[in-house]
Amino acid sequence: MIPLPAEQLLNLHRVAPEVVLCVFGIVIMVVDPFVQAAGRRALGWLAFIGALTALASVHLAAHFPGRAYSDLVNVDRFSIFVHVVVIGAASLAILGSLDYLEGEGLQRGEYYALVLFATAGMGILAGANELVTAFIGLEMSSISSYVLAGFRRRALPSNEASVKYFLLGSFATAFFLYGIAMVYGATGTTLISGIQTFLVSLPPSQHLPALAILGLGLIFVGLGFKVVVAPFQAYAPDVYEGAPTPVTALLASAPKVATFALMLRVFYVSFGSAQHLWFWVIWISAVLTMFIGNLGALMQTNVKRMLGYSSIAHAGYILVAFAASTDLGIAAALFYLSAYVLMKVGAFLVVTHLGQQGERRLAVADYAGLGMKQPVLAACFSLFLFSLLGLPVTGGFLGKFFAFQSALDAKIVWLVVIAGINSVIGAYYYLRVIIAMYFWEPSQDYTPTPVAPALSAALLVAAAGTLYLGLLPTRVLVLAKAAADSLSLLSLR
Amino acid sequence: MSMIPVSWYLVLSAILFGLGVVAFVFKRNIITIFMSIELMLNAVNLAFVAFARAHNQLDGLVFVFFVIVVAAAEAAVGLAIIIMLAQNRESLNIERVNLLKF
Repeated sequence: MIPLPAEQLLNLHRVAPEVVLCVFGIVIMVVDPFVQAAGRRALGWLAFIGALTALASVHLAAHFPGRAYSDLVNVDRFSIFVHVVVIGAASLAILGSLDYLEGEGLQRGEYYALVLFATAGMGILAGANELVTAFIGLEMSSISSYVLAGFRRRALPSNEASVKYFLLGSFATAFFLYGIAMVYGATGTTLISGIQTFLVSLPPSQHLPALAILGLGLIFVGLGFKVVVAPFQAYAPDVYEGAPTPVTALLASAPKVATFALMLRVFYVSFGSAQHLWFWVIWISAVLTMFIGNLGALMQTNVKRMLGYSSIAHAGYILVAFAASTDLGIAAALFYLSAYVLMKVGAFLVVTHLGQQGERRLAVADYAGLGMKQPVLAACFSLFLFSLLGLPVTGGFLGKFFAFQSALDAKIVWLVVIAGINSVIGAYYYLRVIIAMYFWEPSQDYTPTPVAPALSAALLVAAAGTLYLGLLPTRVLVLAKAAADSLSLLSLR
Repeated sequence: MSMIPVSWYLVLSAILFGLGVVAFVFKRNIITIFMSIELMLNAVNLAFVAFARAHNQLDGLVFVFFVIVVAAAEAAVGLAIIIMLAQNRESLNIERVNLLKF
């Protein structure tokens, strides 16, 4: 039977953000060879417009909730929420890249095209209702990221970051796929809701098939690599340090959000009935992730690498909300993710500017006296660091608060205690940078360069967003709750 | 003539996957490491085909096509990345890729 055109149009509406992103990416790639080197910057703006258009088209998709393309894609409040966060992060990263690429002599169209393709992949990941779709989305975002990580072709650290990211990323993909194969073998379907139906329909006396449990474990390994949780975190600091800084801003934020979204779908919806099995895996992983992230960051003298370790630690805090496995926990995780994206992208964009050409100035000592020389930039960076640390008035504080609250409600007290201890450890390394900025003698050989308009706009949005989430969280929280409800509606629990 | 049972294919697939993992961990040449990933992906394909046969449906076979296509895309990008590293460093030994560390 040939579906009606109206049905096709409806489907197209539901994947509108991805279509827009891909079309803009392709246009940029086609136009790129015909543009003079001086005009390449315009391609960056075109990409930015593309990202904004995609953000607007999320609104269009939101009007047509439901399944598209014979259940391959699921548009619900959950996927809409994740779309907005991911595309927002990408637009900020594009704004932050414009002047960085100019300074490095890397202003090329394919950079922006790759960012848009990666974002489209993450969008697909967020809305996947079928593991095939999830796989394609995951690979779209990963393969683009491998190239982006190595975009400073002449710089050895960037080469290394790219190779490590590529090898370990593909390794993880193989585990993810083998996991899907096992789940398929056990249940006979790769539909996320189909797996759930199969597992729920098992008679209570019967245990879960061993093959499905093995598959879930392998999927956790694969996705654990991509969201960077322990014990699969080893490559992440290297990649975050070696990749060009605006790329790090993107890699440390958006893919994490999208992959967490997929993890929530697979664990809550497909394997909701096996919660007793995966709870302890998540618990142990959360503890390891928090300790490794925070203790690793403690030893760093390079600010970029320190922020890389801190992003591992934050994945651990999100796992705390994950372990709660309640509606409140999902809502808290989503709220945390949106706050996390703003503060992390903001912090890395400050590092982008201060690194200067060739990313030379990344040590904590290079930040000495910044408070006197560039007070506004220093204030911005302090805000992001305070938010990462989790001080009140910032989005990071409320994110942590809701995450820990949801875990306490679910009676996971020890995990919250450990998370609290980790927040205190985190204070040390964030405050060290702030103290360096305001109380250390500025070095003589450094003359501050003015912040470019595009970058300052991105920083302003990130800072305003961080404060907004800290002061007026209600609106975003309501949206996060609605998103969590739409997910738990699927999970039949 | 009796057919070969599905479980044999699964055992073979598990062995291939295991060999891929072992090679990934112990090999020192980047190209060989990359080949071990391809071996793992092929083990996945074998598992999918075997399960599709066991369930007597096409879903698993469709998945295999996607895996093949994505593996090709990954190989194209991956080899380009490896060439870039080889040009800058004139070595393919993973132990010399050690600029970034703790």
